[in-house]
Amino acid sequence: MKKTFAIGGVHPHDSKLSRQSAVEELPLPETVAISMAQHLGAPATPIVAVGDKVLVGQLIAEPSGFVSAPVHSSVSGTVKAIEPRADLAGNPVPHVVIEVEGDAWLPEIDRTPNFVGDMTLSAEQILARIKEAGIVGLGGAAFPTHIKLSPPPGKKAEVLILNGTECEPYLTSDDHIMRDRPDEIAMGAQIMMKALGVGRCYIGIEENKPEAIKAMRIAAIRFGGLEVVRLKKKYPQGGEKQLIDAIIGRRVPSLGLPIDTGAVVQNVGTALAVYEAVQKHKPLIDNMITVTGRCLPVQKNFLVRIGTPFSKLLEAVGGIPENAAKIISGGPMMGKAISNLEATTVKASSAVLVLTEKETKRRPEGPCIRCGKCADACPMGLQPFLLYKLAKMNRPDEMEQEKVFDCIECGCCLYTCPAGIPLLDLIRIGKADVMKIMRSRKK
Amino acid sequence: MSNLIVSPSPHLHGPESTRRVMGDVLIALLPVTLVALLCYGWSVLILLLSGVATCVLCEYLINRFLLHRPCSVGDLSAIVTGVLLVLNLPPAAPWWIAVVGAVVAIGIAKMTFGGLGQNLFNPALVGRVFLLVSFPVLMTDWTIPHGLLQDHLPSLSAQVDAFSGATPLGVAKEGLGAGSTLQELFAGGQFNWNMFFLRPGGSVGELSALALLVGFLYLLCRRVIKVTIPLTIVATVVVLSAIFSAVDPARFTGPLFNVFTGGLLLGAIFMATDYVTSPMTTLGQIIYGVGIGVIALCIRYFGSYPEGVSFSILIMNCVVPLLNKYCKPRRFGKEAK
Amino acid sequence: MTIVYTIACLVALGLFFAVVLYFVAQKFKVEEDPRIGQVESLLPGANCGGCGNAGCRAFAEKVVAADSLDDFFCPVGGNEVMARIAGALGREAVEKEPMVAVVRCQGTAEHCQKLNRYDGAPSCRVAATLYSGETGCRWGCIGLGDCVSACEFGGVHLDPRTHQVSIDTGLCTGCGGCARACPHHVIELRPRGPRGRRVYVSCVNQDKGALTRKACTIGCIGCGKCAKVCPFEAIRIENNLAYIDYTKCKGCGKCAAECPTHAIVATPIEK
Repeated sequence: MKKTFAIGGVHPHDSKLSRQSAVEELPLPETVAISMAQHLGAPATPIVAVGDKVLVGQLIAEPSGFVSAPVHSSVSGTVKAIEPRADLAGNPVPHVVIEVEGDAWLPEIDRTPNFVGDMTLSAEQILARIKEAGIVGLGGAAFPTHIKLSPPPGKKAEVLILNGTECEPYLTSDDHIMRDRPDEIAMGAQIMMKALGVGRCYIGIEENKPEAIKAMRIAAIRFGGLEVVRLKKKYPQGGEKQLIDAIIGRRVPSLGLPIDTGAVVQNVGTALAVYEAVQKHKPLIDNMITVTGRCLPVQKNFLVRIGTPFSKLLEAVGGIPENAAKIISGGPMMGKAISNLEATTVKASSAVLVLTEKETKRRPEGPCIRCGKCADACPMGLQPFLLYKLAKMNRPDEMEQEKVFDCIECGCCLYTCPAGIPLLDLIRIGKADVMKIMRSRKK
Repeated sequence: MSNLIVSPSPHLHGPESTRRVMGDVLIALLPVTLVALLCYGWSVLILLLSGVATCVLCEYLINRFLLHRPCSVGDLSAIVTGVLLVLNLPPAAPWWIAVVGAVVAIGIAKMTFGGLGQNLFNPALVGRVFLLVSFPVLMTDWTIPHGLLQDHLPSLSAQVDAFSGATPLGVAKEGLGAGSTLQELFAGGQFNWNMFFLRPGGSVGELSALALLVGFLYLLCRRVIKVTIPLTIVATVVVLSAIFSAVDPARFTGPLFNVFTGGLLLGAIFMATDYVTSPMTTLGQIIYGVGIGVIALCIRYFGSYPEGVSFSILIMNCVVPLLNKYCKPRRFGKEAK
Repeated sequence: MTIVYTIACLVALGLFFAVVLYFVAQKFKVEEDPRIGQVESLLPGANCGGCGNAGCRAFAEKVVAADSLDDFFCPVGGNEVMARIAGALGREAVEKEPMVAVVRCQGTAEHCQKLNRYDGAPSCRVAATLYSGETGCRWGCIGLGDCVSACEFGGVHLDPRTHQVSIDTGLCTGCGGCARACPHHVIELRPRGPRGRRVYVSCVNQDKGALTRKACTIGCIGCGKCAKVCPFEAIRIENNLAYIDYTKCKGCGKCAAECPTHAIVATPIEK
């Protein structure tokens, strides 16, 4: 039986164009610029100086604060600059710029393809290793993984859920790692289960990835406590709350955390990174990035070092086509539009998507015809048309009554609106206001 | 390459647009309109042309000269209103009836409230009810104009002759008022399956239940409307009339008769489901549908008008803002303690 | 006879409800200082929030409750209204200079090249939270008109072609609504100045000079020439940006003539 979440959701076209193209390693760029703010929370503090020689995998920045993560060099070479550079949205963010010289790795990193199945570390040692490796959630939010794997006092994890849904159209990077490296992912799940002290792990995969389901099922048999759950195709199935609902049928309470249902959700990419960090001593320095779009001559999946400029990725598929109108980092539903192509990839980058004007241009805004389709599509059971109106009139109190803080910003409302009303744009602003008011009230 | 576009997510948009929704409604209205054109001939064509043209012209002029807003005719909603208005008129009505109705529908019921999306009442129904109370004789003149089909289908002619002069609902109301029982009035049974396929007499759009249902199926397949509102209306009418007719078969008409006569199907499928004037949540839609069914049947049974679907929809339109306010969708997750 | 009955009934009903209403009104009567209503009637009644209160009524309540008028000022009504309020309450009002909003950005498309196209909701706040903007300058006016809709007096205009914002000084009351609405803090309140003479730096770009210059030909590059030429030491350079202190500026306009990028604006003297 195929499972899915109960409320709302939309069915955008699949568009998994790069499903069958094998993974390639992207040639090293001449320089990389590694962002210090790749994770949710405080930016990392650089510990290298201009002129320092670094090796692949060497620590170059330390976490500053509780919610933060260290950053490692993804290339070997000389530190050329430590300066603010524009990120993909054009805002300055501290970067460490490294000129690439050769490809020399730290000696303790195991680069052999051998599978390491033995694990003797304790839960604390595993968490420490994950923290040191700078691993963050690779599903998009980039929340430091070691914090997510240490439930707050009083809360107990019962089950680990691996997110292999890849519910966004176009993306195929998770699909490929599940097909190519199922054992490593399963081992990563085992490691995280041990860190959490849980005996059960579900791997949720949408039905449009039959090869991945098969590969993960075979891997799951080899390891205990794992179960692959085939899910119906529906967006936003990869949302944490939706995935928990789909797989174990529990609903995260309003203003609560996923751990309140006893579930911890991790992306399959994170599981792979955990395996590599714990068993192979490899910090998070590269990731799988899908470069896709109908207007591109080829669509490919690349293994990319963190800090590679987006322009290099586009060059690798033959440059930006003439009719390209929007370039997105991430999927088309929640990804960010890139305004600066010299910006570089970060840990949580998953795709570079090129869309044409026809595919992406918003339709002109018309009057609301009160069809209620946005409310039908909202996976949190909110009323986007109402929230939009309240946000426009600047009424934070009423927005709070209407539970705007539950909004997961999935974009289903805007996707579905026949009148082309920018629902989510304003709801997002209103939500930020309400959250600010709620936080100040707590203090 | 021109400058890249930057916008907040999402970057994809669904296929639906206001124009497509209205276009789908027009396509769904096509079967019944075609049947009416074939059956009633030129007079319906003239009504359609004058009604739709007036609606479009009215919206254009008001936008241009009174509201000073960009022209909104392109969203096709004015055409939908025009067609629906004509489907609610008697086929023999003179052309100016459609013009007056259209001016009231667009000018008063729609544009005074602020245009599409702002109106409280279904514009076509306001137009129809205005005509019904202003020109009661013209609006209940059920003469059947001579159409194309009658010449070629003798069976239809016979049926037309059998019904000419009054609608079954009118017959029932008048006869019961004069003291007859239903058994005397409908000696051949209240309902026969011919009525399902083609039943002349009554408004233009009440001609063929089959054609209406074809349009309904199309709307469902295209996900323009959900089944909730039409289903609850029809179910309410069926259940209530079954109870009433079981209690006193001489006074109260039966379920099949009530569903397939008059404007019930037309109203349930096309008028009550108008997005703007119907509730947005499923619970609201159920309450709304039940309300329409109850009121419509009450008017038919106890009111002075033989037919009450238009009034019942307009009455329930008033409740929609309240229903929207108090019927919230099912929310994800309970409150954290 | 029927007429008599009807009239009698109506009169009885009317009396009954009058009595009920009288008692209800007595029961729910709210005691309040009559001076609040008096002050409120003196206020302009725009409810713009320029004084920092929710509306004119809230302002009136606070004014009556407070001991002195020192902390209160209605920017819309100005000194005239404050003097009247002071008269009504028997207190002393502080004279304040009338303010006007100025837009500190001149970066139209001819000065500031567009690098991308924005396609979201037409709101400066949405665009500002999304990214650094359509041009190479992430500091200046976004041009989507949040200030226009914030102005209660219709005093802010957006040129539909250039997306340049201008303030109608005749309509501007100095309430500051537009300044609060601007996510980039491009709009500032400054004194109207003697005979409408205001001199200000029309740029908020804090990038280094070279970066500013690359993004916009009319931006302040922080060269400091204006500060040198100013006879009153009214100009300071902070974060690569000149700022003219209006408490010291005498409006001579020497800096405006000196500015190599024409980023300093000196409004003409009104006759």
